[in-house]
Amino acid sequence: MTGKEYRTITDVKGPLVFLNKTEPVAFGEIVTLRLANGDIKNGQVLDTSDDLVIVQVFEGTAKINRETGVTFMGDVFKLPVSTDLVGRILDGAGRPRDGGPEIVADEKADIIGAAINPYSRQSPNDFIQTGVSAIDLCTSLVRGQKLPIFSASGLPHNDIALQIARQAKLKDSDEEFIVVFCAMGITAEEYNFFRSDLERTGALENAVLFVNLADDPAVERIITPRLALTAAEYLAFEKDYHVLVIYTDMTNYCDALRQIGAAREEVPGRRGYPGYMYTDLAMLYERAGIVKGKKGSITQFPILTMPGDDITHPIPDLSGYITEGQIVISRELHQQGIYPPINVLPSLSRLMGSCIGEKTTREDHKSVSDQMYAAYAQGRELRGLVAIVGEDALNERDKQLLDFSGVFEDKFLRQTRDEDRSIEETLDLCWTLMSSIDTKYLVRLDQKWIEKYHPDNRD
Amino acid sequence: MSNEGVIYRISGPVVTATGMSAAMYDVVRVGHEGLMGEVIELHGEKAVIQVYEDTSGIRPGEPVLNTEETLSVSLGPGLLTQIYDGIQRPLPTLEKEMGVFITRGVDADAFDLEKIWTFEPQVAAGDAVVGGQVIGHVQETDTIIHKIMVPPTVSGTVKSIESGDFNVTQTVCVLEDGTEMQMMQKWPVRTPRPFQQKYAPDTPLVTGMRILDFLFPLAKGGAAGIPGPFGSGKTVTQQSLAKYSDAQLVVYIGCGERGNEMTEVLDEFPHLIDPNTGKPLMERTVMIANTSNMPVAAREASVYTGITIAEYFRDMGYDVALMADSTSRWAEAMREISSRLEEMPGEEGYPAYLSSRIAEFYERAGRVETLNGDDGSVTVIGAVSPPGGDISEPVSQGTLRIVKVFWGLDAGLARQRHFPAINWLNSYSLYPQSLDQWFRDNIAQDFPEIRTQISGLLQIESELQEIVQLVGSDALPVDQQLTLEVARMIREFFLQQNGFHDVDAYCDIHLQYHMAKAILSFQDAAKSAMADGALLNDVVNVPARSDLMRGRFEKGYIDRIDSMVKKMNDEIADAVETN
Repeated sequence: MTGKEYRTITDVKGPLVFLNKTEPVAFGEIVTLRLANGDIKNGQVLDTSDDLVIVQVFEGTAKINRETGVTFMGDVFKLPVSTDLVGRILDGAGRPRDGGPEIVADEKADIIGAAINPYSRQSPNDFIQTGVSAIDLCTSLVRGQKLPIFSASGLPHNDIALQIARQAKLKDSDEEFIVVFCAMGITAEEYNFFRSDLERTGALENAVLFVNLADDPAVERIITPRLALTAAEYLAFEKDYHVLVIYTDMTNYCDALRQIGAAREEVPGRRGYPGYMYTDLAMLYERAGIVKGKKGSITQFPILTMPGDDITHPIPDLSGYITEGQIVISRELHQQGIYPPINVLPSLSRLMGSCIGEKTTREDHKSVSDQMYAAYAQGRELRGLVAIVGEDALNERDKQLLDFSGVFEDKFLRQTRDEDRSIEETLDLCWTLMSSIDTKYLVRLDQKWIEKYHPDNRD
Repeated sequence: MSNEGVIYRISGPVVTATGMSAAMYDVVRVGHEGLMGEVIELHGEKAVIQVYEDTSGIRPGEPVLNTEETLSVSLGPGLLTQIYDGIQRPLPTLEKEMGVFITRGVDADAFDLEKIWTFEPQVAAGDAVVGGQVIGHVQETDTIIHKIMVPPTVSGTVKSIESGDFNVTQTVCVLEDGTEMQMMQKWPVRTPRPFQQKYAPDTPLVTGMRILDFLFPLAKGGAAGIPGPFGSGKTVTQQSLAKYSDAQLVVYIGCGERGNEMTEVLDEFPHLIDPNTGKPLMERTVMIANTSNMPVAAREASVYTGITIAEYFRDMGYDVALMADSTSRWAEAMREISSRLEEMPGEEGYPAYLSSRIAEFYERAGRVETLNGDDGSVTVIGAVSPPGGDISEPVSQGTLRIVKVFWGLDAGLARQRHFPAINWLNSYSLYPQSLDQWFRDNIAQDFPEIRTQISGLLQIESELQEIVQLVGSDALPVDQQLTLEVARMIREFFLQQNGFHDVDAYCDIHLQYHMAKAILSFQDAAKSAMADGALLNDVVNVPARSDLMRGRFEKGYIDRIDSMVKKMNDEIADAVETN
């Protein structure tokens, strides 16, 4: 149903339009606004009562005045979904951006998305091999997981995300992911980088892109990830695809959220972000997973840039409380010229325990991962000590660990942008590197794995 | 005014209705779909309602119906092994009704009303009964007898009582005044269930986690807070407590947390065996899962739903442990609702009543004399998720003011892979004084003294570490180097515990005592050997010591530990001679 057009705007403030007395308007209802020059803008109802309706306008409120005609569309925001979405590029509000035809809908899906019943979820335990040693060994990714990249401006998070998108596969399987890419407020340059890389590798044919760029309306960013996830849910749970959702940059999304909160004069939480940001982010991140009785899955790779490299900033902080771990990019490693500059120490994959071991990766994975991590952590700590007392003051064990920390960064972390290491290659590399340390100091390695895999004991 | 009104305004989960007679906390049905909500504010004719389901698509003018009841939970046989959302709808039923996604407008009974239970009467016709008195037993699971109690507000003389098979809505007992009683009763969640008096706690809740039981014990009926930044192991700790603590019943509330984590619990618990009874853990567990993306108002209600169920089992004379993970999400739900109500905020946008709500919640913990004279307890363990790990924020502070046990999780320890990552320097328990008698009587006479020695060593270590940071450990005198070595043994052998290891995950309290003694024994042996000229390096590296330390991963350790300690001491004594 399309209702009649109202010309009862009383106030316009930031992205919000306030209207007087209308018919009863539903909460969350979609609104179109027709400007004097015939332009059409879209919005959504944020607050509704008998006397007053507040509409959030996605395209910005420029040129809206009291003569603007407002029509309530009688329905909440829905995305037309079909498998035709695959291979398409859409804008931040779901309209074609690639010059192609409108999407012919199999059905229309509510973009807010319902919560998955926790009882209906299935525990994720399929190991995804990304070909990036640091991730595969220390923060193993699982199908159905949400694992964000905590980065900062000027770091190569986009390269890492693309490398993962290119290389990610189940071990010993050629099954590919459909990539749903969601850009929020990134620059045209970054977008072109993503796009041309996807084109170059042919991945674009298996991808859906939702693109809201830095000069697109900020408020639109609120719906862009919801559109992307709605498409992902359709492809995963209706069409049995395994979907990898990459969204960048969550920081721009949160800033848009703050902008709306401020315009509504809401009581702000930390650093001016709205108090409901945790819930709001959870409504996105929690749309990852596997559900019983469905073949597909949704794995999420949100990218966020930490303002001021500060991991306690509300955006990484609230994300970390919701996501199942995080991959932290280090400026220090980047400046040493190491790619990928992943700092494994604060990185974590909460679901790793369920996806590694004899049946999925290799029997020594856990043991090797613990030992590599511990030795590197101790080596890094020793660097601080050496700065004070000098290297000569170290005992033999500490010297070996100190040297190892350098080798770890140079040989283990470092790989090229198209180097796809299998998990076996990664583990064998670890054993080679660890052999520079006396076996008696490798206390976290199981004796039986030392006998089986240590270079001294192999042929 | 009637009990029917119309919607005036909708703003997210907050709906305003007019034209309806309403009292605070009345449960209402909102809109054509009958979404469940609760009255939380009254302004003249207008009632402000928090709605437990998504409100998109609801319009002003739709009807609102006041049920004139307050938000209540159903209590009776069938509660155990259930998994509920925040307003006690069983998740398996919701799956059946609406598929894998939770939509709205579905009502579900808290448990199977038709299921037949065998009721064994415990009173006879002519007996006088009072509120809380047990009138019959139902064997609900292998381990738990569900005691059917007279509702707290009812008393009288039994006119007739049944025996045999009934469902929970059939009348099993009639009083002289005509009051009929069924096995199911209701209780409003925001009202604590009554009891006769609170006792001072004197028994520890034994958790099988060494750092908790030994250094920072929690009493049955006590309250503990676990604050920690993300990734520090709050959830793993809470789950370990749910698995291994010696409470007879466990209520686990997943409040605003991750869906996949709840799934893990749901997958795992039915296969786990309770070390205290040998029966599946699920048989003593009630779970409430309101994940972060489920409606925020239901999240607010979930902790009350949980604690009311816990109190109900307490009233039967059981020791109940309740885990709430995480109370910060509950507080954030309050903040969200409060901001929609346009209330004047207190600190960081939280409502001004935040700390009193937190205090009221933890005050529902306690060891009590129940209405029927029995002894029961509710122990509350609340996780707190402070932003950025900084516990100066309002939820942590509100919690610390009220709880007597503080288990501070530490991101630094977690990064060193020291688990459980509980910081032994800033954590505390105020219970040792009231529990020490129990430890002396049941474990060992010198238990408290051993504890003091262990924590003293850790304290000294932290002071020495500051010096080591500057000059390196070699610059310290040998006796202090030994102290560092002993402290390292405490940390690696005693405090670290692998929550995923078959054997190590649960450590018997007697074994904990022996392990602590073993460390002190090493210290004594080393000291005396070094006084006789042995070298620190030789003393530390005796093979029997690493055997002793590794032994904790093997079954039957408690039978071997004394002889292993003796062997270690002998080898240390030998180190004098070889030198």
